[in-house]
Amino acid sequence: MKTRRIELPLTDGALDGLELGTAVYLDGVVYTGREGLYKRVLDEGLEPPVPFRSLGNANFHCSPAASVNDDGTYNLGAVTATASFRFSRWLSQWFGMSGCRVVIGKGGMTEEDYRAHFVPNGAIYLSTVGYGTGALLGRGIRRVIDVHWLKELGIAQAMWVLDVENFGPFLVESDSRGNSLFEREGRVINRRVDGLYEGLRQPALKRYGETTSRSDEVV
Amino acid sequence: MIRQDVIGEAALEIMRRAAIVIPEDYRSGIRKMVGEEENELSRFVLEAMCENWDVAEEDRRAMCADTGLPRYYVKAGNEARIEGGMVALEQTLRRATAQATRDIPLRPNRVHPLSRIDHDNNVGILAPEIEYSFEPDTDWIDITTVHKGGLFGTDYRMLFPGDGIDGIKRFFLDVMLEFGRRGLACQPAIVGIGLGGSKDTAMAIGKQAACLRVVGDRSPDPEIAALEKELIEIGNDIGMGPMGFVGKSMVVDCHIEVAYTHTGGMPMSVHSFCLSSRRAVARVGADGGIAYRTDPRWFTPYHRRSGVDWEAGAPALGAAVAL
Ligand code: SF4
Repeated sequence: MKTRRIELPLTDGALDGLELGTAVYLDGVVYTGREGLYKRVLDEGLEPPVPFRSLGNANFHCSPAASVNDDGTYNLGAVTATASFRFSRWLSQWFGMSGCRVVIGKGGMTEEDYRAHFVPNGAIYLSTVGYGTGALLGRGIRRVIDVHWLKELGIAQAMWVLDVENFGPFLVESDSRGNSLFEREGRVINRRVDGLYEGLRQPALKRYGETTSRSDEVV
Repeated sequence: MIRQDVIGEAALEIMRRAAIVIPEDYRSGIRKMVGEEENELSRFVLEAMCENWDVAEEDRRAMCADTGLPRYYVKAGNEARIEGGMVALEQTLRRATAQATRDIPLRPNRVHPLSRIDHDNNVGILAPEIEYSFEPDTDWIDITTVHKGGLFGTDYRMLFPGDGIDGIKRFFLDVMLEFGRRGLACQPAIVGIGLGGSKDTAMAIGKQAACLRVVGDRSPDPEIAALEKELIEIGNDIGMGPMGFVGKSMVVDCHIEVAYTHTGGMPMSVHSFCLSSRRAVARVGADGGIAYRTDPRWFTPYHRRSGVDWEAGAPALGAAVAL
C-alpha cells in the first residue's frame, strides 16, 4: 500500500502524483459541514459564522458522536463520515465560496461529479476506510478548536472545527483527472455479475428495476 | 424480585459495552477473513477495522461514530418477578438509553420522521424499540442491546413458492450487489435472512437473525444450515469485498430464520449487520447478580416454537366452561 502524510491547509503541488487507492493521513485543521451548513450558506444565503478560508481547505462530511459537558467543553468520542452522494448539487458553488480543496466523506461521488466540480477547483475526494473507523479517527483529533451553529443545526450537523494529527487512514478516491477508485473497482466486479446469476431461474413476478417498463406487472 | 436499579445498571453497562467493544465472535470472523483476503485494498480495509476495534477498547470510545439505532431485546423467564412490573422495566430501559447517549456518548440519531425533531437522547415515539420473548422454567431476565447502523443493507421481497431456492439465491445476490457497491452496507456483514411468516414477521426475524445470532452459529435444521453455508459461499464468490473493492470478504456469516407462512407466498427479507456489529447482553438474576456476555441466545428451542405445543388428546379449549 502506498501511504502519504499531507499537511493542511493544502498547498499547491501537495497533491502531485497522488494515486487512487493511496492511504492518506492528515495534519492540520479540518471542519465538518454537510447539508445543514450548505443549505444555510448556499440556499438561504446566510453569512457563514466564520470565513471558511480562515479554517483552511478541508471539509469533512461527518457527524461526530459528541456531547456538550456542563462546563461548556466538548466530549468528542468517535467520528465517522456520512454518505456524500447526497451533497453533489451544492458542490460547485461550495468550492467557489469556501476555497475548499479536500472533501472527506463516505462512499465517494461519481466520476461525472469529480470532473464537473472537483477537477476545475483543484479538489480531491478522500474516503474514510471501512467505514466504521470512528475510534481510529477520533484518536487523530487533538482538540476541538471551535463549534459553530451548534444550536441552529444540532450536534450532528453543526460545524466542528478540529485540530488533527496523523488523522486517518483515508483512501484517495478521486485523483486530479477526476478518476474514481470506486468506479474503477466496480468496473472489474461488473465483468462477473451476469455469470453469478447463470442457471438461476427468474422469479414468477418481476420488480421494478428488473424491468424498466412501468406498464409491466410487478410485485 | 428483580430490582429496577439493578436493571438500570445492567441496561446502561450493555449500552457502553455494545458501543465500544466489538463482540469476539465477529472480531475473530474478520481476523480469519484478513488471512484469506488476497486483494491488497480489501485487506487494508479489514486490517484498519481490526486496529479500530483495538483503539476503541483502549481509549474507551465508540467504535463507530454512527452509533446506530440503539434498541433492546428482553427475554424474561416465566418465573421472573420484576419490581414495578413490565411498565417500570420499560421506563428504566428508556431512561438508560437517554443516559447512555449523554455519558458514552452515543450520537443522538433518533428524530421524528417528518418534523426531524431530535430530543438529543435517542428516545422518542416508539424509540428505542423494545421486543420481548419468554423462557419457561426460569426466573432471570436477559437484556440485549443492539446498535444496528446503516440506512443500507436491508431489503424485502415477496417471492412465491414456485420461485424456490433459485428465487432465494437471486434475491440474496441482488441485495449483496445493491448495497455492496461502494460498501454502503459496511461489509463484511453478518447477513440475516427472514423467510416466511407474515410480511412483518419476515422482516423482524431476518433482522433478529442478523443481530441476535453469533458468527459460527448454525441453524438446528440441517436443510436450513446447508442453505446458510451455501449463501456464505455465494456471497464471498461475488468478487467483491469491503467498501465494494475487488475482493472476497463479503459475508462473515449468514443466518436464516423461518416462520410458517401463507400457503401462496414466500416472503423474504435480507439484513446486513455491519462492520460495527454491536450487541451486548446482561443476565439479571433473581438474586440481583448481573452476568455480561455477547451471545444473546435469543433463538432458544422454546422461542422458535418448533413443535405444536399440546399433546394429542388434550381437552379442547373452552371444554371446562362448556361443562
Ligand atoms: S453501517 Fe455500521 S460501520 Fe457503517 S457507518 Fe453505519 S454503524 Fe458504522
